[in-house]
Amino acid sequence: MTVAKWQFFMVLAAAACVLTSAEGEVVLGPLTQIAGNPDRGLAILRDATKPSCLICHQIPSLPDPGQGQLGPSLEGVAGRYSAEELRQRIIDARVFQSDTIMPPYYSTKGLLQVGRRWLGQTIYQAQDVEDVVAFLMTLKD
Amino acid sequence: MKANFLWPALICAAFGAAADTQDFRPVSGYAFMEPATRDLQDDDFLNPAMFLVEAGTGLWDQPWLTGGATCRSCHQDIVADMRGVAARYPQIDAASGRLVNLEMKINTEIQSKSGGVPLTEGAQDLLALSALIGFQSRGMPMAVAVTPDTQPWIDKGEQIFQTRRGQLNLSCANCHEDHWGEKLRGDTISQGHINDFPIYRLAWGEVGSRQRMFTWCMESVRSEPFAYGSDAFLALEIYLAVRGTGLLVETPGVRR
Repeated sequence: MTVAKWQFFMVLAAAACVLTSAEGEVVLGPLTQIAGNPDRGLAILRDATKPSCLICHQIPSLPDPGQGQLGPSLEGVAGRYSAEELRQRIIDARVFQSDTIMPPYYSTKGLLQVGRRWLGQTIYQAQDVEDVVAFLMTLKD
Repeated sequence: MKANFLWPALICAAFGAAADTQDFRPVSGYAFMEPATRDLQDDDFLNPAMFLVEAGTGLWDQPWLTGGATCRSCHQDIVADMRGVAARYPQIDAASGRLVNLEMKINTEIQSKSGGVPLTEGAQDLLALSALIGFQSRGMPMAVAVTPDTQPWIDKGEQIFQTRRGQLNLSCANCHEDHWGEKLRGDTISQGHINDFPIYRLAWGEVGSRQRMFTWCMESVRSEPFAYGSDAFLALEIYLAVRGTGLLVETPGVRR
């Protein structure tokens, strides 16, 4: 087990201990029974009409123009994180860093003044999360 | 803005400042625009918002009630009388003791001096008058007064600026303070200043006010926007004006 993975489990263990008061949503396994579809995941990840990954992150091996710079590059991300770690970051990255700029894609916890149109809804559906994770897991170095 | 040669130096200064958040120097949104967008703003014959300045000049002689007073009845020389006025708004209105922005002040004048009906947010006449008055401050530094009366509003505005909201859980500061100068999609994030309004916005294909821009930003993070003219928007407006103190007024600006 790599150092990064040990750190992940330690953070997760710490977060799990304070589940009721934690700032983020902690999820341990896949959100759905259906295995993620990487092709659909790629389509979601690059969809310029939605708050999608490439607005803030780069994947230089993709041809998409105007990739963002706010978050770390996702190139080779599967070599650095497990599917569980990536899933948790997408669902709610506040579990790892309470002041992260990354929006929680599958949590409505602690959100203020959400627009009427979006109230009670998450950015992604459960299957969207699984599909994006499946695509990210293809990004090996 | 004719001093085009200065912009490369200002942009370099901007990126230097991004690394050192202790030393916040305001940089106009102009510096973060594509060259073609800057060119549109710089040329008064191409700037799509300049027609509103023309329209405003026409409205200066229009009575707001048949036989009633016009703007010119009190302010004969637009250039001399309105010079530097817009750079000082929002401010506490002497008559009412209330904080008002430029549009609110225009409406108060239309009602009280001319007996007219107040113009609604987004009305072309209101945009035209604010563009005309703003234009008389072009090239002058933003100079909103920080006084015991305005300080609570400025503090409230800063709190709004720093509060995360919406489904995307983002504050204004998350982007416009912590990540300005960086790329969001293909666009460079600005510092979020308001020294250029009303602006012609390419994304809208028309001219809009400061508070229309606030509304757009809030909807972008999927938040319920505050109401036009609300205390929350007024507070945000005066906070941003003070945060941009010293920036030169660019009205009417052109943005992406």
